[in-house]
Amino acid sequence: MIAKSRFAHSQRMLIVSGILCIVIILVVLQMWLFTATMSAFLNGDESVLIPAALVSLICLSLNVGLFRYLYRLER
Amino acid sequence: MRIKDPEELTIPPDGKPDREQPRWRRDFPIDWQRDDFVTRRDFTGFMVLTSLAFSVGQIWILIQNFLLKKVGKPPIMSIVDKDKLNVGGIIIFKYPNEYSPRILVRVDENFFVAYDQQCTHLTCPLIPLVETGRLHCPCHEGSFDIRTGEPLAGPPRRTLQRVKLEMRGNTIFAVGLEETRL
Repeated sequence: MIAKSRFAHSQRMLIVSGILCIVIILVVLQMWLFTATMSAFLNGDESVLIPAALVSLICLSLNVGLFRYLYRLER
Repeated sequence: MRIKDPEELTIPPDGKPDREQPRWRRDFPIDWQRDDFVTRRDFTGFMVLTSLAFSVGQIWILIQNFLLKKVGKPPIMSIVDKDKLNVGGIIIFKYPNEYSPRILVRVDENFFVAYDQQCTHLTCPLIPLVETGRLHCPCHEGSFDIRTGEPLAGPPRRTLQRVKLEMRGNTIFAVGLEETRL
């Protein structure tokens, strides 16, 4: 049996599509950040390593939060 | 009698009412609306895993940097006697460990220079062309300035790591590695 959601089906589809777009943008940002950090590391530039890791972790926590919200949508 | 919420009903792909559907479809109904939702939600989950992988990669870089610092100063190592190397001559040596091939070049009478022997693009071995003042990478036609180690042509964008040299008597010693720069 399907649990009753507080959102209509069309609304849920809109929400999941929007969240998927945001998550994809954040992942692309993380990918760029990773390649830029790797390049800086191989050049011996240490100054960007910690800020880049922090930004990447912030992106990850945003993604996890959005994903958890998707699961809560159906409750 | 409770009327079913349309959201809870299975909608067959042909849109016909339930009683007109074949038996197998009535026995094994698929809720296409829910299926769409779950598929996108699961793909979002996959993207979150990718995000986790990138974050782990960032932390791995931090750990590598920390471990590199812990290794400490590279050793002092004799490379070759100055008189045994003619102008334009080269010596391949490994420094500071056996996994790091370096190249020593005598550019002119009093100018010696040593770099990482691997191209900064895809680590192909470099060939010194002293007469043209370049270190050439045959893999993708990249080249570096033999006096500074800076990339001049081709795909490499990073400067070659330079080995610090010191002359003690007539012998050339490797005494450390220079920080590479952007």
